[in-house]
Amino acid sequence: MLELQNITFSAADEGGKVDIIRDISLTIEDHKYTVITGPNGGGKSTLAKLIVGIEKPISGRILWNGEDITDKSITERAKLGIGFAFQQPVRFKGLTVLDLLRIAAGKTLNTSQACEYLSKVGLCAKDYINREVNASLSGGELKRIEIATVLARNVQLAVFDEPEAGIDLWSFQNLIQVFQEMQAADKSRSILIISHQERILNIADEIIVLSDGRVKAQGSRDEIMPTLSGTDAAVSACEMLH
Amino acid sequence: MLQMDPIQLRLLKEVADLHDVPEGAYNFRANGGLAGRQTTENIDITSKTNASGIDIRIKDGTVNESVHIPVVLSESGMKETVYNDFYVGQNCDVLIVAGCGIDNCGKQDAEHDGIHRFFIGKGSKVRYVEKHYGSGEGTGKRILNPVTEVYMEEDSTMEMEMVQIKGVDSTERTTLAELAAGARLVVRERLMTHGEQYALSVYKVTLNGDGSSADVVSRSVARDTSYQKFDACILGNAACQGHTECDSIIMDSGRILAVPSLEANHVDAALVHEAAIGKIAGDQIIKLMTLGLTEAEAEEQIINGFLK
Repeated sequence: MLELQNITFSAADEGGKVDIIRDISLTIEDHKYTVITGPNGGGKSTLAKLIVGIEKPISGRILWNGEDITDKSITERAKLGIGFAFQQPVRFKGLTVLDLLRIAAGKTLNTSQACEYLSKVGLCAKDYINREVNASLSGGELKRIEIATVLARNVQLAVFDEPEAGIDLWSFQNLIQVFQEMQAADKSRSILIISHQERILNIADEIIVLSDGRVKAQGSRDEIMPTLSGTDAAVSACEMLH
Repeated sequence: MLQMDPIQLRLLKEVADLHDVPEGAYNFRANGGLAGRQTTENIDITSKTNASGIDIRIKDGTVNESVHIPVVLSESGMKETVYNDFYVGQNCDVLIVAGCGIDNCGKQDAEHDGIHRFFIGKGSKVRYVEKHYGSGEGTGKRILNPVTEVYMEEDSTMEMEMVQIKGVDSTERTTLAELAAGARLVVRERLMTHGEQYALSVYKVTLNGDGSSADVVSRSVARDTSYQKFDACILGNAACQGHTECDSIIMDSGRILAVPSLEANHVDAALVHEAAIGKIAGDQIIKLMTLGLTEAEAEEQIINGFLK
């Protein structure tokens, strides 16, 4: 279980400090599929970075399974079972897809094991396994490899920052299936997704609406979805393509 | 059997991936003396009579054979200049593995300057691997100043892999190549300097024949207070294609000067150069940390991948 207690975060701006996250408290229960949505600039990505340790809050505490992890590093949190898929995946000159999957798995993976993760994200494994994770890969390919690195880790909490960006409609259903399989594979695993995508919101157990650095609403899908239809927080797949 | 001590055998493993004598032709040099030699029906090795060094002669049509000529130095104060000439006949396909390992435990400098000349016959294909390695706790410097000259006849191919990853205090590498029509030169240099090391790498590739091409790519990492200079010039004197690229990671207080240059003396010479120097991107380290690596482990993975 992840608990955020009175988390505040601000960033330096030309005019001084700007509050990005304002006194947020919330709980992500085990085995829940939670989606954080809300308008752009509302603080969603920052909240994800605070959870995985890339950013540190100015005040407030973060508890993971009862343990205070506020001062723990990214590495320590990763080792405690928190995984993160970047909104904009990083490129590496020289590191191959297989290298990255091996690092993610934390052990020697044979090629067929690595291929399994790639197949799940809709990539033909033999075409990708030895490719460098560099500028020769398209944004969509990188995004899928990014998701595969989280699959290769045995995480208890998987945080995905806009996983649908760059994923085409054909693979959209596969992506949702990936999330469902991840959850089914481990009963205590939680999945936290930042998304505007209606189809991702539609399978959520819990939806959190973040706006202007605050939790505007939190509740079950059935409670929250009717309030979102037609807003920026729930965009249909077809609209995304335009 | 090789006449080598354990230190020399360790150096041999580092520079040539060899635990013992390889198959095919070889010439092992240890502390200025001959430690082992083998010739084959197609590859002859003879000592020079007027200077220190060897002549390697490869018969026309020799394919799928290899020559290993590693050098190891384990004596402080040892300084040598060695001249090795390779005469590769026509239509050969051979692997040549050179390289030098120095272990210096003493106070005096140890230096090996290998002057290699390659005369590559028409239609021949040569793959050349040269690794440099230094070790030893002594205050004496480990110095390597190789000079490589490559003369390529029509339609020949030379692929050179030059690697210096660890332990060489000072190196000045000069590589000169002249290519006739249809000849192709590919150079892949990988370099890492640390401590107060100094590395200078100069390339001058002259494309004299129509259809000749060169691709000279260096990837390097400069750590601590080390200094590197990469100076690569491609000259196009015919309808040819040339590309040179220097891609470097800078760390700590390292310094790098990259000077790629081109000279076109023919209207159909197509020449390109690129150079990029930068530190490891913070995002790369963060990504690997989210996969469970520490910051230091992440840096090592990124560098290892970059220099792979």
